[in-house]
Amino acid sequence: MAMEVTQILLNAQSIDGTVRKHAEDSLKQFQEQNLPSFFLSLSGELANDDKPVESRKLAGLILKNALDAKEQARKYELVQRWVSLDAAVKAQIKTCLLQTLSAPAPDARSTASQVIAKVAGIELPQKQWPELIGSLLSNIHQVPANVKQATLETLGYLCEEVSPNCVDQDHVNKILTAVVQGMNASEGNSDVRLAATRALYNALGFAQANFSNDMERDYIMRVVCEATLSTELKIRQAAFECLVSISSTYYEKLAPYIQDIFNITAKAVKEDEEPVALQAIEFWSSICDEEIDILEDYGDDFTGDSGIPCFYFIKQALPALVPLLLETLLKQEEDQDQDEGAWNIAMAGGTCLGLVARTVGDDIVPLVMPFIEENITKPDWRHREAATYAFGSILEGPSPDKLTPIVNVALTFMLSALTRDPNTHVKDTTAWTLGRIFEFLHGSTTDAPIITQANCQQIITVLLQSMKDVPNVAEKACGALYFLAQGYEEGAPSSPLTPFFQEIVQALLTATHREDAGESRLRTAAYETLNEVVRCSTDETAPMVLQLVPVIMMELHQTLEGQKLSSDEREKQSEVQGLLCGCLQVIIQKLGSSEPTKYVFMQYADQVMGLFLRVFACRSATVHEEAMLAIGALAYAAGPDFAKYMPEFYKYLEMGLQNFEEYQVCAVTVGVVGDICRALEDKILPYCDGIMTQLLKNLSSNQLHRSVKPPIFSCFGDIALAIGENFEKYLMYAMPMLQSAAELSAHTSGADDDMMEYTNSLRNGILEAYSGIFQGFKNSTKTQLLIPYAPHILQFLDSIYMEKDMDDLVMKTAVGVLGDLADTLGSNAGSLIQQSLSSKEFLNECLSSDDHLIKESAEWAKLAISRAISV
Amino acid sequence: MAPHDLRRPFKRPAISDQQRRRELSLQRQAQNRLDAQHHARRLASTLLFLQPPQSDPEADPEPDPEIAPEAEPEQVTSPSELDVREASKLKGAQARKWFARQLMLPEWMIDVPDQLAQDWYVFARPSGKRCFVVSTNGTTVSRLRNGSMLHRFPSALPNGARTRDASGSAQSYTILDCIFHEADQTYYVIDMVCWRGYSLHDCAAEFRFFWLNSKLVETGAFDPPSQYHRYRFSLVPVYNCDQSGLSAAYTEPVPYVKDGLLFYNKHAHYQTGNTPLALVWKDENCSQYVIDTDSKGQVPSQQQVVLELQDNGNLTTSDEPHVVFGCLDGDFMQKSGLCCGNLLRFAISNGGLSFLDGKLEKADLHYLGKSNRARAFADSYSKVMFQYMARHSPLKVDDLLASINSSIEQENKPSDDQEMVG
Repeated sequence: MAMEVTQILLNAQSIDGTVRKHAEDSLKQFQEQNLPSFFLSLSGELANDDKPVESRKLAGLILKNALDAKEQARKYELVQRWVSLDAAVKAQIKTCLLQTLSAPAPDARSTASQVIAKVAGIELPQKQWPELIGSLLSNIHQVPANVKQATLETLGYLCEEVSPNCVDQDHVNKILTAVVQGMNASEGNSDVRLAATRALYNALGFAQANFSNDMERDYIMRVVCEATLSTELKIRQAAFECLVSISSTYYEKLAPYIQDIFNITAKAVKEDEEPVALQAIEFWSSICDEEIDILEDYGDDFTGDSGIPCFYFIKQALPALVPLLLETLLKQEEDQDQDEGAWNIAMAGGTCLGLVARTVGDDIVPLVMPFIEENITKPDWRHREAATYAFGSILEGPSPDKLTPIVNVALTFMLSALTRDPNTHVKDTTAWTLGRIFEFLHGSTTDAPIITQANCQQIITVLLQSMKDVPNVAEKACGALYFLAQGYEEGAPSSPLTPFFQEIVQALLTATHREDAGESRLRTAAYETLNEVVRCSTDETAPMVLQLVPVIMMELHQTLEGQKLSSDEREKQSEVQGLLCGCLQVIIQKLGSSEPTKYVFMQYADQVMGLFLRVFACRSATVHEEAMLAIGALAYAAGPDFAKYMPEFYKYLEMGLQNFEEYQVCAVTVGVVGDICRALEDKILPYCDGIMTQLLKNLSSNQLHRSVKPPIFSCFGDIALAIGENFEKYLMYAMPMLQSAAELSAHTSGADDDMMEYTNSLRNGILEAYSGIFQGFKNSTKTQLLIPYAPHILQFLDSIYMEKDMDDLVMKTAVGVLGDLADTLGSNAGSLIQQSLSSKEFLNECLSSDDHLIKESAEWAKLAISRAISV
Repeated sequence: MAPHDLRRPFKRPAISDQQRRRELSLQRQAQNRLDAQHHARRLASTLLFLQPPQSDPEADPEPDPEIAPEAEPEQVTSPSELDVREASKLKGAQARKWFARQLMLPEWMIDVPDQLAQDWYVFARPSGKRCFVVSTNGTTVSRLRNGSMLHRFPSALPNGARTRDASGSAQSYTILDCIFHEADQTYYVIDMVCWRGYSLHDCAAEFRFFWLNSKLVETGAFDPPSQYHRYRFSLVPVYNCDQSGLSAAYTEPVPYVKDGLLFYNKHAHYQTGNTPLALVWKDENCSQYVIDTDSKGQVPSQQQVVLELQDNGNLTTSDEPHVVFGCLDGDFMQKSGLCCGNLLRFAISNGGLSFLDGKLEKADLHYLGKSNRARAFADSYSKVMFQYMARHSPLKVDDLLASINSSIEQENKPSDDQEMVG
């Protein structure tokens, strides 16, 4: 059944495009015509030591890609396809794969490892291929080192693919034994030792039981620590990676080893090569992550017995750890600020220092201050930059009480450094540090303001001046201004920024026009800062925000004038349009939030809408997300007047709803449908058939990103509320969808936090749909149409109540639905309601909630129910 | 297996502004959806549906001080379909007209209802001005039952003062049915019509009183007056109308001057206008105003009634359907220039009222003249009857107690039905 495919596989890698294309087509055709034969041919090719390594490798790669895909729906399809293959065919393929592990060619072995893991990923959860692990383990004891190496690598990939609960503890023990033995210093072959160390990294998730056993844990830890001292860089690096992984997976088991690990990591940071040193620093960053999480949980609700206790490793290591990290700060690379992808020991050390500050708070300040004072004025830029970076790093964590006096002294120095320091790197870090100062120590909540009438003017002058500096410094200056604006609370009657408003806006617009604004994301930063300045503006500056409308409109207009763009230019055009639409969105939302400014803004509405429509028209197949968001804001501001734009806008709305690939666009468009519903109310009716059809289609598609489903359900509610009893014709489609989604989301047993959060957002969407539908039908003559759905809806409320895992939002929405149901159906549902658990225990629980929104909804429900059952 | 990427964000804020724009949009949309929902829930449930005019503002037991309200202009639009938020925008006469029809008015007790002990509450009515108290949008307004404004003031009721009150929308309103007691400058709350925008019209009295007791205390409305709370509010003690409850309401001292007893049926909704499911009763022990006085505060020697002249000459009460007390002949009408709809004042002469099978057969009426312009409605049947009885054979507290006892006896009486066992 297998066919000769060597030549086709080689041709598929030819440099000649025609040859390559022809080969690719043949492979595709072969796959479509006879899949079993195609797989057998490929696995046969991979297993055959007489074949060229290039064709073997590609054969394996094609096999691997035929078993798995990133995209969920596609992945499911491929899994089903494999499962339904004839058992004999699968057995033959697997034999070939296992056989390849003994091949002399390393690339063939490695490819086979990955394919085996993919097959295991499909079969082990279904309790198939039970002999796999046994046969791999028997390989370990084979003499040739290459077989051992390939087997360990396979075990590593396997642990990556398969979930720990698919492998029984006996096998886990054997795998770990084999892996840890392979890592041991007594293993003479370094390829084997490296494969084993990398395999352990993936196998750590399987080792829960073994880490609970003192002897076994001691042994694993000893072997890992020894591996960090290997003479091979790759082994040391892999061993440190294991330590990093252990630090988060087994944090609570680390106490006995932490001193040794500190010594090992300190040595690596000081002396080892960068890839190893970076992992060593990462170990401490990862410990910080753990302790920050734990301490945050303590802050919320310290019951003493919940979760993992904090061992305060960072606090204990502090006196040694801080000097170690400070030392790394002096190892900057030239031009690291201009290089997007840069990551070096100075950056890692500074980042870790910031995390340490967040972990220990005030304690870090006296340990860092001497370093800052000693270095901040030194002639070598590295010292000044390191001192500044250290200062910037510790601004989040310690208390304002501790930091404010220091910042008050430092501020003047920083402002002067930003203007005068000859080194760009220092200026970049200085501007960043100013941003951190404003982010964490400036705002209405702080007692002693660091920005006063006396220094405000100077700060703004310096920041605006720096916006003319090189792009990376200008970008940081924009960032600092962003946080400066944010600190002045929205809603206050007047802002200290008012006198400078015009000047700030002008400087930001000038920055966006710089030739080099595309570098270091300066243009983006300038627009984002402009957005924040607008968001935080007050009534005093409303006229100036209004003046900004025609300015930004003109800019947007100009992007539409370009002729025949190259693909690079097109990409830039789209990006700039995005920034401008984003800016208009913020302005519209700001001006739309108060009646007088909204009224004045509306004179521009036709023109603005015209521009948005032209932005849409720039593209053929997709809609611009930012333009869509801006239209949502416009619809809200325009209210019923938005109806006049609908005939032209509708096709783009539909296009946005159809955009599965860019699910964000789809989600944003669904939200805009809601805005339009509230703006137009029943005037949206003529468009509802199209919108509902598309929404229902989206829900039935398995390609739709799951995050879009909850907003679609909420959108049903928006539509029903807008069009009232006219929703009747959609009931027969929408209700069954809601019902089946409700059943799926009712129970969550065993779901992880992510799934739990998603399930709750799904429930919320479903419940908002029910609320909208009930309220839409209220006082209509057709309420009886909803009666048949009431039992199921009450049952859904009861079952999510029984699950006891609702978040506050769901609780509020759920009790609201109870009220809406009673309100709309009245005595028709009286006895049903009285029988439901929700109308008693759940309602009482909500009535005594601390959350006033829940309580308010519950009071509403109680009233509605009392009316329904007393009529 | 390549080493894993361990880069962390460097010198960058963790959230991009684009993400923030998305989130702020979502927040705005969620808020708008919430507002729309609130709007729907309130609009749907708080329309104060108005019955056609049937209320009798004179039913209030207090002697009507003949305050002359401003003349009402021609009605421009019917304010009856407004909800209270819209109604609060009405001015002057329009507003009075609207609010005048919102109160539930008790009938006078002319016989004792069955099941008094089981189905009724009783409480001592405070003497004073019956009014609606509406709090919304940072202010509180009280309006008398003729619609005119009594006070505008800050209060601790929900949205009753311009203070930072985080709970609920400022638009939502609360409506209480109160009696303002001059002596201690206190609003005695006797019923709750609307709470934070939610109508209690369709709720049974039992529930309304429960709600009144549990909710009002949370607001601080019972606190002594302060800058943001000009008048104290207070509850009246409400009893189950059994023997001890009735005695307590009748005799227990209260901080206010009593003006009769009010009886509320536990299952009755808040019905605007006259209702037999709320009753007022009084005697000299619990009220200074048992028998009506005239405009000078004197008890006239003969009972006076106000009746409405119909186009056929019939003289009727304000009840729906009307009860006919007599008839004017066309001749007299022409001579005196009276016409249909006029409210006329009569004295009940020595012939009194005669009944046949419990129905009014004949009334000996003596024409006195047109009634005061301030009157909007004729007297109700129950009021005329109560006044008549008060002058001749009053319903005594002992009658009420006896009625309660007899119903208890009936319950305790062993059943006459004996099951046959052969």
